Amino acid sequence: MKMRVLWLSAIACNGNTHSFLNYPYIEQFLNDFEFIYHQVIDSAYSLEDIVLNQIPCDILLIEGAISREFQRADVSVIEIIESYSKIVQKIVTVGTCATFGGIFRESDYENTSGLHFNQEKSLGNFQDILDKTVSLSGCPVHPEVLVNTLYAIKKSVNLKLDNFLRPKEFYAYTVHNGCTRNEYFEYKVDNHKFGELEGCMYYDHGCQAPYTHASCNKILWNEVNSKTRAGLPCMGCTEPKFPKQNLFETKKNMGIPEYLPVGVGKRTYLTLAGITKAFNIQRLQKKLFDD
Amino acid sequence: MSDKKQIKKEQIIQSALELFASKGFYNTTIPDIATSLKMSVGNMYNYFKSKDILAKEIIKHISIYLGKQLREINEQDISTKEKTRKIIEVYFKTASLKPEMIDYFLRIYLSTREVFKDGCEGMICINEFVTEIMIYFEEGVKCGDLREQDFFSAFGLFMGYLGGMVFLKGENILPKDLDDYIDDITFNIYKALSVE
Repeated sequence: MKMRVLWLSAIACNGNTHSFLNYPYIEQFLNDFEFIYHQVIDSAYSLEDIVLNQIPCDILLIEGAISREFQRADVSVIEIIESYSKIVQKIVTVGTCATFGGIFRESDYENTSGLHFNQEKSLGNFQDILDKTVSLSGCPVHPEVLVNTLYAIKKSVNLKLDNFLRPKEFYAYTVHNGCTRNEYFEYKVDNHKFGELEGCMYYDHGCQAPYTHASCNKILWNEVNSKTRAGLPCMGCTEPKFPKQNLFETKKNMGIPEYLPVGVGKRTYLTLAGITKAFNIQRLQKKLFDD
Repeated sequence: MSDKKQIKKEQIIQSALELFASKGFYNTTIPDIATSLKMSVGNMYNYFKSKDILAKEIIKHISIYLGKQLREINEQDISTKEKTRKIIEVYFKTASLKPEMIDYFLRIYLSTREVFKDGCEGMICINEFVTEIMIYFEEGVKCGDLREQDFFSAFGLFMGYLGGMVFLKGENILPKDLDDYIDDITFNIYKALSVE
């Protein structure tokens, strides 16, 4: 029995849709799930059918930031959510905009935010559907995170969620976990150039991996790579305050990174940094291959 | 380590510090230190296996002593300018109450590098002190009082100035007491580091 899914797009760029379309096993997925509506995938109903009626479905996926002023087919997106949230088993916020407001929080629509959160702040509305919601942040969300969450819902798995309603299975880790540059991080070597294999990008190039909750280095993108593996800093796209400014620059106060790895106190960090900086490891100072 | 052994260790550190300050590092021997404490040389080696090890323990001891006082200042809810003044006061107070400590730092730790090259690389042995200075700078920048810059340009300005003043005092060149300079030094350092 296929599960019926409504993909509702609010104030969005369709980035999550593009990410989802790169899911390598989409055919298998579409054998198990049916979109009653999706803006770019053939589906059974038109947008008008969806907003004017209450078509039976099991999961409501919301992509994009939400504002009371924003409409789809002349109906407020809030009203559409209110209507469908009553009949579905689960509501899933797909991406950082739908979860925290993301970049569209800065849009012209009034009071733009995520479904339950305005950045880190918990909102009072939609309290009645709080228990039904799963948040999948990411700009865009990793397609495997989305698909595997939907399968977990289909199989009635009891998902353990963090404080932002994100499944711990995917968000209890940090992007730092599994990063191939960890040795450079440990010994405070940041001789990084974009696209190269060498160097940690946390110290000078804005990498947010040590304090960003996501599985990007554990569940690779397109099954082969991640930003940090390719030589680009993690931009913290799964976090409530995404997007920060100056993404390629580490914000520092007198040389000390403003944001420290999760759970590390400032004194502890500085003590460790003082010790590791004393090492001078030649192997990490030079190129890995063509030296 | 038992309390008794710890106390003895601290006594050795203090005596060694005083001897190093008065006679110089190379002119002071382990038997000299043992004699000053009325200990046998053999017993001394139960505490410190060599003069070099003792030398490293002493610098750690000084770093912990100063770091503890700076941490108390950092944890106070006062302005960066007030913190600046208090750090200078603590440094000068140590220079007058325990001159051997600052003297050891300036004359032995900074100028006898070969003794400290293994085991005291970088800032490992003065970590507690440097960490607190870093936190003072970091919090100053964060609250908008101090200008963001490389740590060492700020550190050199601050500690070089204080070290220089204590050195001048030690050479009997300063016409006035160190405390008489606190107002001007606070003004100069803060003005040099602040965003204004």
